[in-house]
Amino acid sequence: MSKTRASGRTVGGLRSLSLQAPAVTLLLLWMLVPLGMTVWFSLQRYNLLMPGMESFAGLENYEYLFTDPALWRAMGNTLLLVGSVLVITVGGGVLLAVLFQQEFPGRGIARVLAISPFFVMPTVSALVWKNMMMHPSNGVLAWLAGVFGLPAVDWFSSLPLTSIIIIVAWQWLPFALLILLTAMQSLDDDQVEAARMDGAGPIAVFFYITLPHLKRAISVVIMIEMIFLLTIFAEIYVTTSGGPGLATTNLAFLIYIQALLDFDVGLASAGGVVAIILANIVAIFLVRLVARNLES
Amino acid sequence: MKLAYAFPLAGLAVATAAQAETITVATVNNNDMVIMQSLTEAFEEAHPDIEVNWVVLEENVLRQRLTTDIATDGGQFDVMTIGTYEAPIWAERGWLVALDDLPEAYREDDLLKPVRDGLSHEGTLYALPFYAESSMLYYRTDLFEEAGIEMPEQPSWEEVREWAAELHDPDNQLAGICLRGKPGWGENMAFVSTLVNTFGGRWFDEEWNPELDSPAWQEAIAFYVDLLGNYGPPGASSNGFNENLALFSRGNCAMWVDATSAAGKLYNPAESQVADRLGFAPAPVAETPKGAHWLWSWALAIPASSEKQEAAQAFLTWATSQEYIELVGESEGWTSVPPGTRESTYENERYQEEAPFAGFVLDAINSADPTDSTLEPSPYVGVQFVGIPEFQSIGTQVGQTIASALTGDTSVEQALQSAQRATERTMQRAGY
Amino acid sequence: MTTYKTKQALPAEGHLATTPASEVRARHTPLVPSVGARRIWLTLLGWGIALFIFFPILWMVLTGFKSEAEAIADPSLIFTPTLESYVAVQARADYFKFAMNSVVVAFGSTLLALLIAIPSAYAMAFLPTKRTKGTLLWMLSTKMLPPVGVLVPIYLLFRDVGLLDTRTGLVIVYTLMNLPIVVWMLYTFFKDLPRDILEAGRMDGASTLQEVLYLLLPLTLPGIASTGLLSVILSWNEAFWSLNLTSSSAAPLTAYIASFSSPEGLFWAKLSAASTMAIAPILVFGWLTQKQMVRGLTFGAVK
Repeated sequence: MSKTRASGRTVGGLRSLSLQAPAVTLLLLWMLVPLGMTVWFSLQRYNLLMPGMESFAGLENYEYLFTDPALWRAMGNTLLLVGSVLVITVGGGVLLAVLFQQEFPGRGIARVLAISPFFVMPTVSALVWKNMMMHPSNGVLAWLAGVFGLPAVDWFSSLPLTSIIIIVAWQWLPFALLILLTAMQSLDDDQVEAARMDGAGPIAVFFYITLPHLKRAISVVIMIEMIFLLTIFAEIYVTTSGGPGLATTNLAFLIYIQALLDFDVGLASAGGVVAIILANIVAIFLVRLVARNLES
Repeated sequence: MKLAYAFPLAGLAVATAAQAETITVATVNNNDMVIMQSLTEAFEEAHPDIEVNWVVLEENVLRQRLTTDIATDGGQFDVMTIGTYEAPIWAERGWLVALDDLPEAYREDDLLKPVRDGLSHEGTLYALPFYAESSMLYYRTDLFEEAGIEMPEQPSWEEVREWAAELHDPDNQLAGICLRGKPGWGENMAFVSTLVNTFGGRWFDEEWNPELDSPAWQEAIAFYVDLLGNYGPPGASSNGFNENLALFSRGNCAMWVDATSAAGKLYNPAESQVADRLGFAPAPVAETPKGAHWLWSWALAIPASSEKQEAAQAFLTWATSQEYIELVGESEGWTSVPPGTRESTYENERYQEEAPFAGFVLDAINSADPTDSTLEPSPYVGVQFVGIPEFQSIGTQVGQTIASALTGDTSVEQALQSAQRATERTMQRAGY
Repeated sequence: MTTYKTKQALPAEGHLATTPASEVRARHTPLVPSVGARRIWLTLLGWGIALFIFFPILWMVLTGFKSEAEAIADPSLIFTPTLESYVAVQARADYFKFAMNSVVVAFGSTLLALLIAIPSAYAMAFLPTKRTKGTLLWMLSTKMLPPVGVLVPIYLLFRDVGLLDTRTGLVIVYTLMNLPIVVWMLYTFFKDLPRDILEAGRMDGASTLQEVLYLLLPLTLPGIASTGLLSVILSWNEAFWSLNLTSSSAAPLTAYIASFSSPEGLFWAKLSAASTMAIAPILVFGWLTQKQMVRGLTFGAVK
């Protein structure tokens, strides 16, 4: 018995491996070839604008990177951006999912409208928000403020990171809504009804039945969003270019500055390696936390 | 139907490539280039064996895209649109094709000398100017008349501040002055560099030590933050050339100091509501007139990695020729012709007639001297930039800190100190 | 198989059935007026929030039909619609060429990613080993690397093998870019499949291939479809690689937008027109497949 099981496991293991092989090999190549090159470049003095000056630099790039005050600011901004957007989209997503789960005339169309921002290209949504919504003299928000006799907010100068968070949250809230709404549909109505009979108010129902039911869906939202939010780039590029000062520079944008403004491939590669390490730390801790949630 | 045919045709194109060559032209989405794109047919008629493929991108994207391609020898483009900053640096690296055998009919000697010099490396031309600009002061004659202000022949920055304070009227959506605030070496730093120049400062001393915490910089930046912060439009720190152009042409600015190439657009009543109330004067000065106005040109160059250099050169010489300028004059109107490149443009009577700013712009360009633009001697070439590869990153970084001073996030002193440190770091790394 | 399908359709139907029932119940209670008021409030709130979220898109579409002067004037819903911006935009860049590239690249990369991911997800779900979870997490972590960090290596590689400015090149990059998400989503869908169904198939002597083709795929089609849809949307909207790896012949709509994004002079109307055209196909696609996507997602990851 134990023999067959053991051999079965190896056969299964082999089959499993061979089936996984294409995806794993490709991703390994996709990861390792550029990663290998990135690690190699990160040990070089290599600037695209200075051909012929390449030489081995040891850890010089890393030393330079870690003594750059911008690095810590960028890490802080990255965390702030990811954290705020997660809180807004998950919180807002849950509330909206509850709302759009209720029957009301035209609910289907309202839902479709509410999830639309997710389909819009990040560059386009950043351009629309920058030019038509948040423009300090001709934007809709400035006009609205004027209607109420308030001074117009100069979004990208006075609230740069907040502005970016608003734009990114606008794009990802619909995604959270979409997933959570889907999860809501499998909520057991009888259970809710029973709780109501027992005298539970809507708030109690929400906290004791709806929210626990959504736990897994929330994990999915957090996991997928985190993957994308860690490398947010287009929204910053289009609107503030990381400024004013370093106010909206996140890790991805910092690497962009080094790689494509300075064309300092060595330094950018060092930044890339640091980003990979950070990504793996995040993967190990947070994703694992979320993944455990998914298992249950 | 069309789509179904597209595939066999693609194969055909390869087969006939020997006869009809396709060149890929990468350019900026500025008005003058958009006109050039719309006139492609005229070129293709004159050169039936060449087809033109356009890649039109926003300035920042284009610059990054072209640099990546040329530095890695990617060979994606046959004609590149580059500026006075890139041309000599790229030429030195052997990335550009030397343009030393231009046809007689091109009349190379017709090109304005400062512009031609700016695009040369060791006396050889590497890019042909498509349009060129200096900077000047635009103002609203109606507002000035109303306030009884007379524009002197050469305004000073101190006067400009007084006028800005007087004319500033935010309740009526009128800013006393509009200036560049958007961070970037080609955006706010282009303007700020000229301001620092005229306040007597420089980027580097003769030993390449950065001087960003010098008194001249302090004074200039404090002046800039005060002027634009108090009398500028809302959101000044995100306004670049294009944003200010839109603001001024809608009548939201009493004054604006920026590129002379804006004149053609501001004088065009179809695009500007202030075309009939527009005055101009030389860029204001402070301590010294040196380096108070800049010199820039957008030019076309052929990357060494192009495999179709002959066809590319045919395009270059067409798009920057006198005939092209006349073609634009006839089809788009003379205020829209690409300015600042040829003597013959300024000798043209139609141009002089329709563009009252013509002679003025010519003087501004001719009097800008990139090799001598600072009060104290400096080791670099360039009025509003420093002609070294590191400047892109330095300029952009410093631009960001100055923007944060403008929004009040940091004090001027702090901003300049951190700019100085960052510049020192970069220069050290580059081995200066 | 059939039994399963009905089971899967049940929650939705059950839901539809219960809501009217509760309404009926409500109508017979003395609380009728307050329920009516609640309904009105709900409708107002639901529509209000939906329109609020949708407003920037609506505004962009409207602005595309304004003249440049109107676009920048005080916001107004009353204007004479004009197609001048659309004409101007089309005169400068042939929309259809870019759109065609977007379609080919988005769908091509999605198909390829599904082809590669299905066997892998199958193995992870049904033949898990000790390393399965680690492999999954590792795959996801490859997505957290900012692409700009590896642009230069990739550019050099692409140059050497002649993939710059080709649709094939973009398809490869997008396939790899989306592969982790696709594998992971498929894995969660597959894992939720009752094991006994596959076991039964195996008893009947089905080979792995048959098992996948005739049992797994039909049963998880909604999940596969919604994974594919997500991948199409992500590929369509990707702007970094497409801008950097293409120039003209393979340039998709994201490159098209970059030529209108901040030009000289007044440009809001033209930008809006170009943006509307760039997002319209994917937006309509998203709307049409929204139900499909929701069905797949319910069935799988988030049940």
